Amino acid sequence: MSRKISIDPITRLEGHGKIEIYLTDDGAVEETFFQIPELRGFERFVVGRPIEELPRIVTRICGVCPASHHMASAKAVDGCFGGEVAPLAHKLRDMYYQAHFIHSHLAHFYALAAPDFVLGPDADPSTRNILGVVHKVGLEIGGAVIDARGKAQEIQRIIGGRNTQDIWCLPGGVAKGLKPEELETIKPWIDGLYEFTQFSLQLFRDVVLADPAYVDLILHGPYTLDVHNMGVVDRDNAPNFYDGEVRVVDFDGDEICRYSAEQYADHVAEHVESWTYLKFPYLKQRGWKGFVEGIDTSLYCATPLARLNVADRMATPRATEAFEEMFATIGGHPSRAILANHWARLVEMVQNAETLQMYCADPEITGTEVRVVPQHVTGEGFGIIEAMRGTLTHHYTCDEKAICTSANLIVGTTNNNAPIQMVTKKVASSLIKPGTEPDQGILNMIEMAFRAFDPCYSCATHSLPGELPLEVRVHRSGEITHTFKRHC
Amino acid sequence: MARKKLQIAIYWGAACGGCDVSILDTNEFILDIDALADIRLWPIAADGKYEDVEEMVDQELDVAIMNGAVRNSENEYIAKLLRRKSKVFVAYGSCACMGGIPGLANLTSRDEILTTAYLDNPSLEPGNRTVPIPTTQVNGYELTIPRFYDRVYKLDQVVYVDYYVPGCPPAPEQSKAAITALAMALTGQAEAPPKGSVVGASDRALCEDCTRTKSEKKVKRFYRPWEIIADPDVCLLEQGILCAGPATRSGCGVRCPSSGIPCRGCYGRAPGVVDQGAKLLSAVASIIDSKDPDEIDAILDMLPDFTSFANRYSIPGSPLQRSHRQ
Repeated sequence: MSRKISIDPITRLEGHGKIEIYLTDDGAVEETFFQIPELRGFERFVVGRPIEELPRIVTRICGVCPASHHMASAKAVDGCFGGEVAPLAHKLRDMYYQAHFIHSHLAHFYALAAPDFVLGPDADPSTRNILGVVHKVGLEIGGAVIDARGKAQEIQRIIGGRNTQDIWCLPGGVAKGLKPEELETIKPWIDGLYEFTQFSLQLFRDVVLADPAYVDLILHGPYTLDVHNMGVVDRDNAPNFYDGEVRVVDFDGDEICRYSAEQYADHVAEHVESWTYLKFPYLKQRGWKGFVEGIDTSLYCATPLARLNVADRMATPRATEAFEEMFATIGGHPSRAILANHWARLVEMVQNAETLQMYCADPEITGTEVRVVPQHVTGEGFGIIEAMRGTLTHHYTCDEKAICTSANLIVGTTNNNAPIQMVTKKVASSLIKPGTEPDQGILNMIEMAFRAFDPCYSCATHSLPGELPLEVRVHRSGEITHTFKRHC
Repeated sequence: MARKKLQIAIYWGAACGGCDVSILDTNEFILDIDALADIRLWPIAADGKYEDVEEMVDQELDVAIMNGAVRNSENEYIAKLLRRKSKVFVAYGSCACMGGIPGLANLTSRDEILTTAYLDNPSLEPGNRTVPIPTTQVNGYELTIPRFYDRVYKLDQVVYVDYYVPGCPPAPEQSKAAITALAMALTGQAEAPPKGSVVGASDRALCEDCTRTKSEKKVKRFYRPWEIIADPDVCLLEQGILCAGPATRSGCGVRCPSSGIPCRGCYGRAPGVVDQGAKLLSAVASIIDSKDPDEIDAILDMLPDFTSFANRYSIPGSPLQRSHRQ
């Protein structure tokens, strides 16, 4: 009788992601399924609401990345009113959003990713968390992380009135501008954040790159995937998190397509499987071909690494240096090494900090023309931005009274649903072989595969990014012979 | 004699994670919590397992703090488990206290949600008729996913709640105050707040803390936020912009009106108010400058979808609870 391994918070409970791994009689992996067992229904229950309320409702899709939904929603709502936005408001929104990126990327890197690298993939699970990292690298660094993340949050609060659960964007702009004295307050914090990005890069060099075993894991382990890449770029093909065109390149670096927000439904479609609530986006022109790798696949990743893969350079100088260093180290551009996502996050944070510094030096940034009052309801809008966890699309329609009549959302993590399925199977297959017993280290190595995507199942379940609670159960002839459990 | 550390658990139901971020946003205060208490379960920051909680004796925890609404059987199971294992059970955040934004789903139905997500939107695979179902056979394997509840519940529709900390999310300063007050009470250093009370919030209505100028002005029309640039100093309601301040409890720091954005009521009904929505309607009616029924109707028509304003964060806990259809 074949064995079944369930990676599940607790099977009789509901609401979290779970991984089912089925083994052949001799103990090799035959099939895996990564299931998302929940649906919230935002696309339905925003219908009937006044369209300008949506940017302050959809933030509750995710309290970890609310600004991503706020901004994508604001842009879609702008479109429902004809699309005119005060130029200064675009700058301020972009500025605000850089700080949000830093808050989220910092939390992921230090709290979720670092334990694997600093403590090792097979460390005792009870120490494999942010506190374990702090104990290893020192309380001082832990304090610096808390301080930097707090400042990134506070910068958003000062610019936009609140951080978690944003309210600031209105059709045609934003509700308040940035006062000169507020700018003076955040300037030194922003310089501090820039320094912290440099510190973090150095930490990555010292801890990860200095260890040949980690470098080997990144480059030669099972953590690679031959699927395509998606990300938003500016005219010069540098990453832009707030605005631009979506660019898709294959894993050899050749462009497959490039599209603007209103063309999204010509290029992306979503496949449905009955065994999970989360849909599987794919490149529509190629058609759904199943969970397959290779140059003909219709699947793509939308991750920090994918964003750097579709870019020719970063938008700022020091970030470009970090970009070049990264790709020189990991075997060239583009890269298929999904663990390099952790490094890519650090490179992106350099651009975030440099962009913030650029806005601080912009003499117009404290201006007062922050909103244009719309004159017409035009009825349809599209908002595409880069959420931390992938390209985020909001598409709304409304009636002549500006009441929402439809909403369609393709959320960052959803883009990566099929690649996460595939890499989970790939890593499990390479680690669980006939004659080997799954142990805690192997479980974590499987988890590292999807943690690299920083999956935001806040959007689909209750877990914070990468925080899937896990239970692994080994079944033999109908009996459970091993149980591995952990929660973070 | 060294005092025994408090035993606490922090957990989430149907939530967005924002409540946990609000606790993280107390920054160094987290270290104070760590010094004061053993955190027995807090998935975001500490190791811990359901089984650990299941194995506890009843009331072993001093405090359980739960955020999020109840959307499925896991949420309900955890709420009941934590209730049984704790002396004091706290509903943290608007979803836990009132149902929150996910509670807007009570204005629609599960079937409508599934149809919109899988059968009727512009980016579906052409020709798709597949909808997720509880049990699927794939290559001989049986895969199961849960059926979610038809509606959303607030926590005290499922378990008894001792204290409420409202807000979406609660302001970090208020979270500190609430946690400190409970800790003082539990360690005998202060009197416990009355059971069933709201902690970590103000005893006033939001309007009383708002610094915008009020002049008892009445209005001939309402403006939706998109239609107007609000005066930065004048009461938003008196500018004809719907603001839930009169019906809403203060404690948030007036963070939305201070930024030029009207309140939507995330701290729940103001003290002395029975129904937040009815109170808001009465506040709106009282500022309409007309006695002509037709004109009043026309003015009220400027506020479409009033239900979602009246109880933006509290549909499951309102007298309405959910949409009722023939």
